[in-house]
Amino acid sequence: MDVIIEQCLNGLSLGSLYALIAVGYTVVYGIVQLINFAHGEIFMVGAFGSLTIWLLAGSPTDMSIGFALGVMLPLMVIGGIIFSVLTAMLTEKIAYKPLRSAPRLAPFISAIGISVFLQELVRLFYGQIPGFPDARNKIKYPTITGISGASVDIGGVQLKMTTVFILCALAICTLFLWFYINRTKVGRAMVATSQDQMTARLMGIDVDHVILSAFAVGAGLAAVAGIAQGLYIGDIGYKMGFMAGMKAFTAAVLGGIGNINGAVVGGLVLGVVEAFASQLGDTAWKDVWAFVILILVLVFRPQGIMGAKVVDRA
Amino acid sequence: MMLEVKNMVVSYGRIQAVKGIDFDVPAKSIVTLLGINGAGKSTTLRALSGLLPLTSGEIWFEGERIDALPAHKIVERGIAQSPEGRRLFKNMSVQDNLMLGAFSRSDADGIKKDLDRVYDMFEVLASRRNEPAGLFSGGEQQMLAIGRAMMSRPKLLMLDEPSMGLSPIMTQLIMKTIKELRSEGMTILLVEQNAQAALSLADKGYVLEVGNITLSDTGKALLKDDRVRRAYLGAD
Repeated sequence: MDVIIEQCLNGLSLGSLYALIAVGYTVVYGIVQLINFAHGEIFMVGAFGSLTIWLLAGSPTDMSIGFALGVMLPLMVIGGIIFSVLTAMLTEKIAYKPLRSAPRLAPFISAIGISVFLQELVRLFYGQIPGFPDARNKIKYPTITGISGASVDIGGVQLKMTTVFILCALAICTLFLWFYINRTKVGRAMVATSQDQMTARLMGIDVDHVILSAFAVGAGLAAVAGIAQGLYIGDIGYKMGFMAGMKAFTAAVLGGIGNINGAVVGGLVLGVVEAFASQLGDTAWKDVWAFVILILVLVFRPQGIMGAKVVDRA
Repeated sequence: MMLEVKNMVVSYGRIQAVKGIDFDVPAKSIVTLLGINGAGKSTTLRALSGLLPLTSGEIWFEGERIDALPAHKIVERGIAQSPEGRRLFKNMSVQDNLMLGAFSRSDADGIKKDLDRVYDMFEVLASRRNEPAGLFSGGEQQMLAIGRAMMSRPKLLMLDEPSMGLSPIMTQLIMKTIKELRSEGMTILLVEQNAQAALSLADKGYVLEVGNITLSDTGKALLKDDRVRRAYLGAD
């Protein structure tokens, strides 16, 4: 029984990470029909961005719990988000916007290029900055007092604080996203643009601005995931975006690409399935399951679990 | 003159859909563009709204040149379009559709007032304002499309085939609404295939054939014109 609960928690943590990243794929796809294959790197940049803030703060260790949770962690989260959002907006402007009217394959190839570029940029140049660690190998992520390594005992089940952090992060981000999409003007414009871009223009919506916002929102959530993964696993590296990005993309397809709720559900389902698959079988095979699911979904239910919601009669 | 189009050419790749047309729309009037499918009517409206670039020519609106402006700036200037096929946001509610029509505005009080005005005009929309637009009949959807275009409080309202797919009774109702809008001081550019309906309320009409304007006169005169009667009104 305890094993089941434990694997559920592991799966939900992992799934929350996938969900946070998957939202970025799905939002951008919904608006420009682009699979942004550099999105995994945006997640990686978020993790490195938060590490940068910690380094700039003088690499504090043995922080008091108040300072760690009240000052350092919020600063790292905000810093990571800023790095990711700026990177995403810059790549949109430089690599995707000029290709807006090109065949769909062109921005897709451009995305792969950006992905390699960002990985290599971090790998080769991060360590060149004085006082910064060499990023050619994995880097140990800062220890945040009260989260890293801490856990609480709930009825015999060890609940890791990193798990609590990830689940809270997903909950807060989902609430934010709901509010943003349903209650803000830019959010409504985003929904309108994803349904019918030409008509959105006729409403006076600046579609270029909406596209940039979509990249920004997705990047913000990916940054949160990057920080969460750093805390959960304990290290980060320039390659971390590749597998996480692939898994999150699978989650987005599983939930129904273009559907935001679907991305969250798809992420959680994928995480839990992966956790149980590695519990039952060989852990080395755990990455295989995600892609088995991807292929099964693409073959048997390409519209995903949630699909697209369309009401039409006339 | 509110709108002046000078020697406008619009192309899709190498094919010219509009081949150098001139027309104008005086303030507070109804001007209609007639033509069959493929004549270039919708292309003209899309170019006016900034959705398509001009190959050459000029568009002037209230004394300023607007043909290089992006679509959202044109809406801000006061040109709204209810597009061909209505193109509502079908899984959004009536109210959400109308609010998107007011996207370019930020005067909450004015928006509320115009919302009430649209609901007064189209009562069926008022009573079902929270239902998805896709569940309404064709005529009701057309009302919503016109209402949505009005929500930006335009100076010039462009309607692309509002009678398409509607019953004769519903067409009459829509035409009556257009007349009412004009009497309230709205300027309207009406694109139609239904020549009878459009010409009977237009102050001025232009006939568009394969990208060229071949005829122009007052609505009344065109209704009596032999060429128009033969080609568009089914007379022998």
